[in-house]
Order: sequence, then structure tokens, then C-alpha cells
Amino acid sequence: MIVTADVTKNYGSSCVVDGVTLSLPKGGITSIIGPNGAGKSTLLSMVSRLMDMDKGTVTVDGLDVTKTPSDVLARRLSILRQDNHMTARLTVHDLVSFGRYPYSKGRLTVEDKRHIDEAIGYLNLNDLSGRFLDELSGGQRQRAFVAMVLCQDTDYVLLDEPLNNLDMKHAMGMMKLLRRAANELGKTVVLVLHDINFASWYSDYIVAMKNGKVAHEGPAAAIVTPDVLSDVYEMDIKVHEIGGQRVSLYYE
Amino acid sequence: MRWLLLAFVVTLILAVISLFVGVSDVSIGALLSSSAEDRPMQVLLISRIPRTLAIVLSGASMAIAGLVMQMVVRNRFVEPSTAGTTESASLGFLVITLLAPGWPLIGKMGVAAVFAMAGTALFLRILRAVPLRDVMLVPLVGIMLGGIIGAITTFFAYRFGLLASLLAWNMGDFSGIMRGRYELLWIGLACAVVAYIAADRFTVAGMGRDFTTNLGLNYQRVMVLGLVIVSVVSAVVLVSVGSIPFLGLIVPNVVSLMVGDNMRRTVPWVAISGAGFVLACDILGRVIRAPYEIPISVVVGVIGSMVFLYLLLRTRRNAA
Repeated sequence: MIVTADVTKNYGSSCVVDGVTLSLPKGGITSIIGPNGAGKSTLLSMVSRLMDMDKGTVTVDGLDVTKTPSDVLARRLSILRQDNHMTARLTVHDLVSFGRYPYSKGRLTVEDKRHIDEAIGYLNLNDLSGRFLDELSGGQRQRAFVAMVLCQDTDYVLLDEPLNNLDMKHAMGMMKLLRRAANELGKTVVLVLHDINFASWYSDYIVAMKNGKVAHEGPAAAIVTPDVLSDVYEMDIKVHEIGGQRVSLYYE
Repeated sequence: MRWLLLAFVVTLILAVISLFVGVSDVSIGALLSSSAEDRPMQVLLISRIPRTLAIVLSGASMAIAGLVMQMVVRNRFVEPSTAGTTESASLGFLVITLLAPGWPLIGKMGVAAVFAMAGTALFLRILRAVPLRDVMLVPLVGIMLGGIIGAITTFFAYRFGLLASLLAWNMGDFSGIMRGRYELLWIGLACAVVAYIAADRFTVAGMGRDFTTNLGLNYQRVMVLGLVIVSVVSAVVLVSVGSIPFLGLIVPNVVSLMVGDNMRRTVPWVAISGAGFVLACDILGRVIRAPYEIPISVVVGVIGSMVFLYLLLRTRRNAA
């Protein structure tokens, strides 16, 4: 379980994340939604110790993220940011192999190689494994990065806007894959998502943030309602039930 | 692997040729027909072998320094001479030459390395304070910083009558290399070995702070290690040979185009190509207007700047 207590971050005089206290359940997919500037990515960065917090604590299965050695944490929790601006020319296989770094420190064992092959197979990257990242399309590259964090084999996988720059087909493919990873591999997946319909369709639990605070949280069915969404996004949002799934419409 | 072996053999051949190029008659025949005390053998031992070793060591280590720098700065167009490192080392060398002229060379080299570290850290600080969107601006900032430090160095050298010495350090030249005057360069090779051992760390750091932290590595520590390697290599090469511009830039870039950026794989390539490239340039500089010599910094500078321009234009075209 990921527990945050009174987590706060200020940039100058503006408070980006304001005393967030949360318990994210273990297992399944949790999505963090909210308007731009709500503090979603900042919160995720602090949970994954990429960013220092000004106040509060975060624990992952009881381990304080600011005090636990970074390489120990790297075997529990992985994080993928949205901006993977690559200057390094690596092959897909090399990139995925680096997912084993927390275990192997660069000397790959047979066990590591098995994980690498599995992750590459899991994301259907077999044909691309020898290609350089800068020769891939945006969707393929995103898959390579997700393969790397899966290869890291952590209980918790945190992804900041994993659907960014993906078209509908690839976005759906990515969400299905995360669903599978949660179901089959027992991963706890935490996502920052902008598309509330993807969040609604694929998440078990949703956290809605607004102005640096948690506005609402609960099972997907409890959050994807006209009242809650209209409050979070400050606009009129209708929710329809189609085939047992909730779909929001907000185009006018 | 087979190509790497080929590159190694080519570099080895160049090294052997380099031994037999020069004014004094040193050939296999002359060596065999004379005894160890005769002139050909003495020239070979005192001048030719040290020179060839100096070329190989400084070429390999400067190219590695450039590679490490490009990884930690995450920019393809930085190297010690486009980041203020070389100029800072030169300032350090001048300062210690003025303050303690009697120090042994290794002590002066140490001071130059400390200055190089400080100058490079300043460069990194500027980059952090002014986030630059354009990859070309990063080396430009470095060249400007180098210009400022260079101007300070020139001013003091002028005031203390050391302009001629300063010119000699800044102009890389192998013609003065003799036994006893190049051994510090082995430190550069040691740095290259460290870079190879830590290759994975640098590759990870090349993908950014967040990426590095995610894998449980301390980003700051990798940066500091990179900084130390780059500064020590720059200082060692500067005090032994003089500065060799562009070398650390073009060799890693060309290697990156061929075999990518996984440092575990590129370090041997960069080291061998760096040595081979400088050997070739040095042979060229020695034969082009024999019996006179063109300093290595001029030959590498001319060829290097052309390759640099090509790489710049190529990136522009790809970006468009």
C-alpha cells in the first residue's frame, strides 16, 4: 500500500500540492485525474522520490521513500515520467535490460535475461528489439519504456500520463496491457490520466485532484458521476452508462 | 566485435607507421644493423616510442572524456573545449606556474585538474540556471564561458610575461614529447578504464535525472564521477601535450552514429578510434611539409571543425 500523509510542495509562494493524505490500495489500477495544474504529476514525483517534498511523508509498504536506500526502493517501485526526451541512442533490448540495473548493477544473470525476454515478449517488441529508440514511432518507443519498467519487476508501477502522444489504438492497447499486468502479474499500477473515459473504463480506484488537494477519491463507479466530475473540472459533464461502463460526455 | 578488431588492427598499423615517420633515419634495417647504443635505437627509445604512446594515450583519453561529458551533460555537442574545461585547466596551470614554479609537473597537473573541475561545475550551474531549449545553445554557452576564462588567462599571462608559454600549452603539439615528458598521460588511460567500469552508470545518467533515480542510482554521484574523469583527463593532456580541440566531440559522435550510445559497447570503440584518429592526423602533420611539422591541434582542428559542421548541419536537417 502507498500511504501519503500531509504531503506538501510549494513553488515559491504557490502551493502545488497541499497537504495530501491518501492511501492507495494494493493491486489493480488507480488513476489520478484532475485539471491541469492540480498537482497530479508533482504528487506522483514525490511518491516516487524523484522530487523532495516540503512537508509530509510517503511510505510504500511501510518504507519511507525519503529514507529508504534508492536501490532498495527501485526493486519495489518504478516510475515512468511523461518526458522521456532521449539523447542517448540505445536499442530497445539495451533499454529494457537497464530495467534490471537495480538487481544486477550491470552484470546480467540468467534470471535477469529471462526477465528481459519476458518483458520484450509481453509488449510485443520481439521484432523491434535490435532497433534504436530514435528509429521508432512514438507509440513503439512508449511501449519500449513500459517494457523497461515491467522488466524492473516492481510491485508498484507508476506512470505519468502514459497515453500522451498515443493515438486511440495505441492508447487502448497500452491500457489493456496495464490491465493485464495488474491482473496477471499482480502489479499495482498508479497512473496520471487526462482522459477521464480511459480512467473510467480501466481503473479500479480513482483519485480526483483539484488545486493541489484531493477533491474526491473512491472506486471508479463512485467518482465517474456527473456531480463529482463537474465539481472537479468546473464544467458541465454528463455521464452515460453504456454496456455497464460509464462514459462521460463533455463536448458542449 | 569483428569490426572492433579491425579498427584495433588499423590503429596498431598507424601506430607502427608513426614510429617510423620523422627526420632522423629510423627504419627496421637501420635498427637491425646497429647496436643499442647507436643513434637509431636511441631515437626510437627516447623520442619515437614516447611520442607514439603519447598520441595513443591522449587520443584515447580525450575521446573518452568527450564521451563522458556528452553523457552527463546530455548534449551531443559538448566536450572539454566547448564547456570551459580546457580553458579552466589552462588558467589553473598558469596560476600554479606563477605561484609555485618549482612544483613537479604532477602537482601542477593536479591544480589544473581542480581548476578544470571548478570551471566545468560553473558551466553545469549555468545550464541549470538557464534551461536551454535548443541543443546548439549549450555548446555556445560553453564556448562563451571558455572565452571569458581564456581572456582572464591571457591577461595574466601577458602581465607576467608568460604569453609564449601559454601559447605553447594551448597549442597541442607532440613534437616536444620525449621519454620522461609524457608519463602523466597514463593517468588519462586510468581515467578511461574507470569510465569503462562505470559505463552503465553513465549510460543511465545520459537518460536523465528521473530515469537514473528510478533505477536506484544516485544521479549526483554519477555526475561528480563524470566531472572528475573529464577534468583530470583535460588537465593531464593539457600539461603534457597541449589542448587538442574537437577530438572529444567528433570521435564519440561518429561512434554513436555507428554503434549507438550504450557506453559498455562504445567505450572501446571511442578509445580505439580516438587513438587512431590522432595517429592519422599526427602522421599527416608530419609528412605534409616534411621536414617541418604542423602541430596536431591545427590538423585536428581543421579536420575536426569540418566534421563538426557536418554533424551540426545533419542534426538541423533531421530536426526540420
